[in-house]
Amino acid sequence: MSRSREGAGIPPPLLVPAALGVAFLVLPLVGLLVRTPWSSLGRQLTAPGVGEALRLSIVSASLATLLSLLLGVPLAWVLARSRIRGRSVLRALVTVPLVLPPVVGGVALFLVLGRQGIVGSWLDEAFGVTIPFTTTAVVLAETFVAMPFLVVSVEGALRAADARFEDVAATLGADRWTTFRRVTLPLVAPGVAAGAVLCWARALGEFGATITFAGNFPGTTQTMPLAVYLALQRDPEAAIVLSLVLLAVSLATLLLLRDRWLGRAQG
Amino acid sequence: MTARLALLAAAVLVGAAACGGPDGADQPVRSGAPAGDAAPTGTLTIFAAASLSDVFARLGAELEEQNPELDVRFNFAGSSALAAQLEQGAPTDVFASADEDQMTRVVDAGLAPEAELFASNRLVLAFPPDDPAGIDRSDSAGIPSLADLLDRDVTLAVCAPEVPCGAAAAEVLDRTGLSDVPDTYEDDVRAVLTKVQLGEVDAGLVYRTDVSSAGDAVGARAFREAEAARNRYPVAVLDDAPNPDAARAFVDLLLSDEGRQVLTEAGFFEP
Repeated sequence: MSRSREGAGIPPPLLVPAALGVAFLVLPLVGLLVRTPWSSLGRQLTAPGVGEALRLSIVSASLATLLSLLLGVPLAWVLARSRIRGRSVLRALVTVPLVLPPVVGGVALFLVLGRQGIVGSWLDEAFGVTIPFTTTAVVLAETFVAMPFLVVSVEGALRAADARFEDVAATLGADRWTTFRRVTLPLVAPGVAAGAVLCWARALGEFGATITFAGNFPGTTQTMPLAVYLALQRDPEAAIVLSLVLLAVSLATLLLLRDRWLGRAQG
Repeated sequence: MTARLALLAAAVLVGAAACGGPDGADQPVRSGAPAGDAAPTGTLTIFAAASLSDVFARLGAELEEQNPELDVRFNFAGSSALAAQLEQGAPTDVFASADEDQMTRVVDAGLAPEAELFASNRLVLAFPPDDPAGIDRSDSAGIPSLADLLDRDVTLAVCAPEVPCGAAAAEVLDRTGLSDVPDTYEDDVRAVLTKVQLGEVDAGLVYRTDVSSAGDAVGARAFREAEAARNRYPVAVLDDAPNPDAARAFVDLLLSDEGRQVLTEAGFFEP
């Protein structure tokens, strides 16, 4: 179709709300930039704890994304392809963290993985391992909140993918695992990547479940959103600077990754 | 134990759902109002420290009963967060802070004239009912030092230094040389109390009044260093108060004998 290449012909009923949407999403960011104390920026950026919080945020969000990929992609396949009973109930259940207030998610994690929790008390007694107030707790809290984004995204890609390729692979003698690895996964790779990015971004900004389940300790559990929230109570300028750092890092990461995929998709 | 945790989770859920609701807004309107001259009417908006929730809700209901035309609304949160909201221009009649620093911040910003002190509070060491770390040993006679109560490896939650209860906690920990003991710096005192109630920490530094309101859900020990680090609560009517008459009426009630009695019952000290 040549029409899609013309590009500029956006119908006015779409153009106006789309422009309003852009303004609504982008203007608050402009507001942050306007209020940024540029003169004290250097001092704020080198304040103790900023680098530490940023590193912890990136590491924990990446680990949470990795964990989400390991568990979430198979889960998405089960939701999209398997014929088990109660699939729609299962789908509703695994997307609950999307609507649950994250603070409540944090308490729920305590009830399972806390020192007094169902699994946590056993871990404590059997291995002397306690999870709350550790970096592990940060990763788990972020995974709990962010994994549904990946699952929903990958399941959508699987449903949209043409199942006939898989059927052909089967007729050529591939077992289901081989088909998943060699046919299905490459087919839905863009969907997996998009889901992973969404998951990473959500994990990076996670606040409620983290501060509840993992607590707040510099270097161990204090991620950027927690540092921003606490800075906001004492020194709003510092909070703005911290937010900008987080914003810059996430934008840079997302743009970089996007270029890589586009390059791969074209090449 | 599991039942207790489930109950607590339910309480948190309900609490989260109730957040932001206009507390005490649906107070029944009585007929036959006391015919005071120029009884305050309209809406009274009060920003108050989270630790004042119970006491202020009672006094607010009392004021509404005296003035049926009046609707009292509260915003309870950490004092620092409230001060930040006031700096951003939140329309408010009364501000009550859990320490003088946050009130000074508001006064210095030109938002309020001088404030009046109306109460003070002290930190105590709270612990779960089963006391896993053995904080509550009967052998320590008199009021022990915090160092005596925390003389072993314990998981300790305190408030972050950004909020008033954290400033007091930092002072106490400094004084006793225990600054490296905390495992988590929580964003407000109720978060510390929740972690103690859940049994996820062995102990937490909270206000005496929080322990009173938690009932049997936590135990607590007083300690010597708390007195020197006690925090005082100032209250002020803001310069741009939309309803200054009602604001004054609330502050008068707070400073009256009746207000003092409600504060004392809740465990607050004189300023």
